[in-house]
Amino acid sequence: MSTDKELPFYMDPSFLRGLTQARISRRTALQGAGAASLAAALAACGIGSQPSKAAHTNWVWDKATKAGVLDFANWPLYIDVVETKGKPNTYPTLDQFKAETGIKVNYSEPIQDNDSFFAKVAPQLQQGTPIGFDIIVVTNGIFLTHYMEKNWFTELDPSKLPNFTQYAAPRVQARAFDPGNKFTIPWQSGFTGIGYNPKLTGREITSFNDLFDPKFKGKVGMFSENQDTGTLALLGLGIQPEKSTPADWQKAADKLKEQKASGVIRKYYDQSYIDALAKGDTWISMAWSGDIFQANLSAGNEDLKFVIPKEGGVIWTDNMAIPLNAAHPVDAITYMNWVYQPKIAATIAEYIEYITPVPGAKQFIEQDAAAAKGDDKILLNEVANSPNVFPSADLLAKTSYYRVLTPSETTQWNDIFNAVISA
Amino acid sequence: MFLFFLLPILTLAIMSLQSGDFFNGFVFTWNVGNYSRGISLYSEQYLHAIEYGGAATIVALLVAYPAAYWIAFHAGPRKSSYLLAVLLPFFVSFVIRTLSWGVLLADDGPLFGPLKSAQLLPLDFRVLATPVAVTGGLAYTFFPFMLLPVYASLEKIDRGLIESAQDLYANRFEVLRRVIIPLSLPGVFAGVLLTGIPAIADYVNQDLLGGVGTTMVGRVIERQFEVSLNYPLAAALAFVFMLGLLATLLLYQRIFGTEQIMGD
Repeated sequence: MSTDKELPFYMDPSFLRGLTQARISRRTALQGAGAASLAAALAACGIGSQPSKAAHTNWVWDKATKAGVLDFANWPLYIDVVETKGKPNTYPTLDQFKAETGIKVNYSEPIQDNDSFFAKVAPQLQQGTPIGFDIIVVTNGIFLTHYMEKNWFTELDPSKLPNFTQYAAPRVQARAFDPGNKFTIPWQSGFTGIGYNPKLTGREITSFNDLFDPKFKGKVGMFSENQDTGTLALLGLGIQPEKSTPADWQKAADKLKEQKASGVIRKYYDQSYIDALAKGDTWISMAWSGDIFQANLSAGNEDLKFVIPKEGGVIWTDNMAIPLNAAHPVDAITYMNWVYQPKIAATIAEYIEYITPVPGAKQFIEQDAAAAKGDDKILLNEVANSPNVFPSADLLAKTSYYRVLTPSETTQWNDIFNAVISA
Repeated sequence: MFLFFLLPILTLAIMSLQSGDFFNGFVFTWNVGNYSRGISLYSEQYLHAIEYGGAATIVALLVAYPAAYWIAFHAGPRKSSYLLAVLLPFFVSFVIRTLSWGVLLADDGPLFGPLKSAQLLPLDFRVLATPVAVTGGLAYTFFPFMLLPVYASLEKIDRGLIESAQDLYANRFEVLRRVIIPLSLPGVFAGVLLTGIPAIADYVNQDLLGGVGTTMVGRVIERQFEVSLNYPLAAALAFVFMLGLLATLLLYQRIFGTEQIMGD
């Protein structure tokens, strides 16, 4: 549980950056994680009914009509935004969307992490009442599977998503965790690898095993989120996560236990890992690709580096979905289709610098870069050529998705890894 | 009482005996296994809770008692200003205060950074991510809950009693030992309860100031509810925790007597 969201707004790096430079704003590590919503979790206790299987699940497209309003729940700092002092933020692409389609977007950022948001909305979804959002963004993994197993998403109508079919990268059109793109399409993706400060480590980091080096005693950060940590450990042992078995998980957990017992780990971090790394409390840490870039930017230096370990790194995708009984599904799917235009995807990528699902966005960023001047030009060129926005096939080949887990496997996975991480 | 106390506890007890998983639902099966499993998996975290919570209570008492004593007897007309000064920081959200400690005590932060570069401290010295940081954080967070009741009971002491003791040739130490301390015990008792219970159950300090191996049981319960969605195990852990606390309280009350508390 991180409480970074409790930080006063003026300590937010994106805000500080905004003072000097309104244009670029990114999803930072300060996503915080909701102050523990134990109460919400308690309220969710009554959950548990058999999902029903039908040809279509929650099919609304025969009757639903456009409403002219869309309630969009996203993660903090995860869309293009213009911050002007003393005025509410404006979102260029959302304004453009309204101008083109007449749909007004009520954009909010209530999602601090997957688990607490799930705990918050589960009771309503269980009763079939709308949660007040027409689009939510969920990372692939245990909680996305939870939503799908519970039939808490509205099935998408592919005929309403022509841009997705036409412009999305082939790799995001075939995602193992949502075969046939039945319930979700990607928002953005990112990598989990290793972040480090070369000045403090004294050498370049290349391998998963560097996280075990006794020289870094008490200076290593790992994630408390067990899917990232477990998957990275599997890769470190040379096991393909997507095909791994519970026996493999146990091996990975044993490896992590050994690391914990050796005293090299300082702490299992949530999103606050990036602060620890930036402050020097940790020298080397598991990290998310975009965060390192942003931390350097807000510190105004190039102290931190990000590397995908030679044994392999993790790639994840945040996905848009329409929750069960959403009030404005047609508006939602219209938007989901609309953001897949390369020009729009380019604008969003320029601001947030995560892996865009639309490879065609690159030429538009290059065009913008050619037209821009000064710092903007440098930044836009950096975005257009960043492996963290447009990863090469080689880089992608080095990365794996989380293992897709069935409900009973989820229990096993949690038991095995939480015994190390949460204890 | 029934609605806000017994009913939730009963629900918790029933849930702790369920089995199943989040998808297929939980069913009541007298699943006592939740308890044995919870205790065997997390006994270390229960111990941590008692250790850190207990140590924090003692630290808070050792600091708060002299402070309260001084304010009650020697602060003169500015008593309330001093009390306000003690309480002032607590008008800020404790999460922000705890985060600030994290910044101050960072390995190369404003406090240790200069000391390290002056070679007064070894380079690998740290406070954060250790039990000391967690205990200190707890003591700090709940400090006013110790100070105020102690102060209240000291303040109430009839000054005439102290004078009488002095008239009877008690020196300052004897006055303290025979008059002031015994008469302030109700405040100490209340302070220990008000500090100890939340300190033992706290799950924020360990997260913001602690590290690997400083996890307390409150955090484990939270993670079981929220991340693992294993409600029965979480309920069992919480129930054991509550019963343990209740037993300790009863014992404590037996030993130190609390007619004063209940009667006042």
